[in-house]
Amino acid sequence: MGEILFEYRRVSKSFFGIKALNNVSFEIERGQILGLIGENGAGKSTLMNIMGGVLRPDEGGMILKGEPYTPATPAHAAASGIEFIHQELNLFTNLSVAENIAINRFPRRGSSPFINKSLLLKETQLFLESLQMNFSPSTLVEHLSPGERQLVEIAKALSTNADILLFDEPTTSLTAKETENLFRILKRLQEEGKSIVYISHILGDVRDIADEVVILRDGQVMGGGPMADFPINRMISLMVGREIDNIFPVKTVTPTEETVLEVQGLGETGMVRDINLRVNKGEIVGMFGLMGSGRTEFARMVFGVDPYGEGTILLKGKELPRLDPGASIGGGIAFITENRREEGLLMDYPILDNISLVSLPEYSAPLTRIVDNRKLYNKASEIAASLRLKSADIRTQSAKSLSGGNQQKVVIGKWLLQDPSLLIMDEPTRGIDVGAKYEVYLIMNQLAERGSGVLFISSEVEELMGVCDRIVVWSRGEIIREFSRPDFALEDIMRAAFRQGIESDLQREVPANEI
Amino acid sequence: MEKSSSKYGIKDLGKRLLLSEYFVLYLTVIYILILTPFIPRIFHPWNLKNLMSNTWPLLAVALGQTFVLIIAGIDLSQTSVMALSSVVGAMIMTSGVDAVLFEKSPMWGIMLSENGGLLAGSPLAVPVAIIAMLAVGLLIGLWNGISVAHFRMPPFIVTLVSMMLFSAVAIFLPKSENIRNLPDSYIGISKTTFGFFSVSMVISLGLAVTAHILLSRTLYGRRLYATGVNMKASRISGVPTKRVIITAYMISSVCAVVAAILYSSRLEMGRPTLGSTLLLDIVGANIIGGISLAGGKGKISWTFFGVFFFIILANTLNLLNLSFYLIDIVKGLVIMVAALLDVTRNRIQRTQL
Repeated sequence: MGEILFEYRRVSKSFFGIKALNNVSFEIERGQILGLIGENGAGKSTLMNIMGGVLRPDEGGMILKGEPYTPATPAHAAASGIEFIHQELNLFTNLSVAENIAINRFPRRGSSPFINKSLLLKETQLFLESLQMNFSPSTLVEHLSPGERQLVEIAKALSTNADILLFDEPTTSLTAKETENLFRILKRLQEEGKSIVYISHILGDVRDIADEVVILRDGQVMGGGPMADFPINRMISLMVGREIDNIFPVKTVTPTEETVLEVQGLGETGMVRDINLRVNKGEIVGMFGLMGSGRTEFARMVFGVDPYGEGTILLKGKELPRLDPGASIGGGIAFITENRREEGLLMDYPILDNISLVSLPEYSAPLTRIVDNRKLYNKASEIAASLRLKSADIRTQSAKSLSGGNQQKVVIGKWLLQDPSLLIMDEPTRGIDVGAKYEVYLIMNQLAERGSGVLFISSEVEELMGVCDRIVVWSRGEIIREFSRPDFALEDIMRAAFRQGIESDLQREVPANEI
Repeated sequence: MEKSSSKYGIKDLGKRLLLSEYFVLYLTVIYILILTPFIPRIFHPWNLKNLMSNTWPLLAVALGQTFVLIIAGIDLSQTSVMALSSVVGAMIMTSGVDAVLFEKSPMWGIMLSENGGLLAGSPLAVPVAIIAMLAVGLLIGLWNGISVAHFRMPPFIVTLVSMMLFSAVAIFLPKSENIRNLPDSYIGISKTTFGFFSVSMVISLGLAVTAHILLSRTLYGRRLYATGVNMKASRISGVPTKRVIITAYMISSVCAVVAAILYSSRLEMGRPTLGSTLLLDIVGANIIGGISLAGGKGKISWTFFGVFFFIILANTLNLLNLSFYLIDIVKGLVIMVAALLDVTRNRIQRTQL
């Protein structure tokens, strides 16, 4: 038993009369990696925000190093030795890596106001080397990949000599190699006696890295203890409160021969090349590929938000005009973007306004264009209920105040009001929990049953294999392989995405210098 | 114990007042109550009438600005729209101008002669002039809107240029002379009253009510707010954001034309510098009302309260016999405080979540 560094004592917190945390108690030992898991809205973020000084508990308190701990501000929490590595990055992209890391304590030249730049760079260099991060301290953050930015954020937190580090979903934007590197760093920090709280939806990661685990559901601690006592199935059943035998719903409908979407020879210089794709009624087509392989760009062209150089897009046999999202929506396309914060939601506005945005024209009177608020509210409430959206009044609660999974449900709800014939989903399950993921798959199935076609973009092969009828694999702006359900094999799909074993086939069609 | 609880009560009340959307209205009432003992003339019928007639044109033009502020834009060119439209309207309907003054006008012999404007004396003069004024407004609004929406130019630069350009045109056309001798029916717009009511009031309040319904109840209003708060998400949700933006700038200009009609009929002339000192009042009234410069937030009732406060402020400072410069200094400080209050309110609202 190690020394207890931090303790939550019977912490409760409510928002809008809904209990986000109910009597939560647990402790963190020195030199321990604690995994904190739970569905979206289970209270993980609230708990961390209380430790980080962003929110104050309604009841209960905290103990840090044996003393009562009541942080008033995030700065206070940082001074007490608690650092928060946020899910959304808080870096200055216009500054260098070194400047970002040293933002609060630039080395000066003597007591003058001038920054000692050479010392800054040298210190940062040494620091980065000690973390085995190999990028130059003078690089501007805007030139770094999302994964590298995450590492800078971590380096920044580590540079302050904190005792407790809170990681909220640190690996969502990291490659496998970067994740491995991060875990090595976490292990080393642990050896140095730092305590780490690790929040993640990727249960495999939690199993690999954490010593102990705490499981939250609906603001309450459902269980916790040494990692060895919690195999993944047990973690899932505690999180969602029911046994999930199969994490993918069974698809009951088979695709018809009727085509919803047909793309012919689509191309745009530097983006995609000669894309031919067909999606039938009742069919779920998966699109797999690495970041930047062209799948997102393709989806944006089909929907009409980005331009394309050549090719035709036919929706139910009719040609779609270019760059006209209005026409795409009118034709029955729904588009759930990968970035719900920037492109999906009006964050400060109520849920109702968000759900109704797409369908406003259908709910406004023919001539005066006055919106029928009551009808809209009734329909939106129906949708919210069918999505099992956890919220107070949808007319007043803002989208911002919802958890990630519930925000995603709002984005989906906005399109369900339309009864779409083609649903394009770009990474719809990123950053949401197992239960919400299952519900997203279920929605896809239901739409397929109603005769819609679904185009499902994901970086997780397993989920594509779980729900799709067909998977097309993208690489460097092309569709290089197609798999139908009987041929689904994890390794083959991955190999295709990395172009292993098919490079030779490809050279017949494409000159080598263009690859 | 008792003492502290009453203190909290006052603090809570203060907070509630500050957060109320009628805050500016309360402020105005308090301001009037404080000043009444010093300047009892506030409630003199003559002053009340003066107050009202100052309110209506400013309200009309400030309403238009509200639409543009909601999409996180700004329209600095409203004053030039007022000037140019008043000149164009007057050139159509005036019944006679001085040849000595106007000989050098580029419009001499085309639209203007010693016998007056294009349609001098015709019964159609006033309606045609008003249609022409509205057309001027719509075109300048379209110009601004297309520059912002299609060419993605910053609204500040676009409308600053429009302000310079069209103000200059307004001065160039009549060679910086005021155009007088407007038809009686036109002048009647600002002079006709039915007891408490006046035609200006009906026009301006009618415009306000229309704007209120447009913003709060219609498809266009919803789309305007959505565009103001997140343009990318709105576009992906099928909102024709470009059209929404262009329409907002056109509404802004048309409201400026309505104000120009009210002002020029009151002054009985088409004036090349009409409204040139009004920009601070227009934007200031909106900010005092609580319309956010960051977009996505604002209501017509807020604009109305802002205008009302601004008019009362200017009027009382006048009655106190303060100099023109001192009045502007005070106005400037008040806008400063309003901006500060807006920031404070936002901060309190955020921490209350």
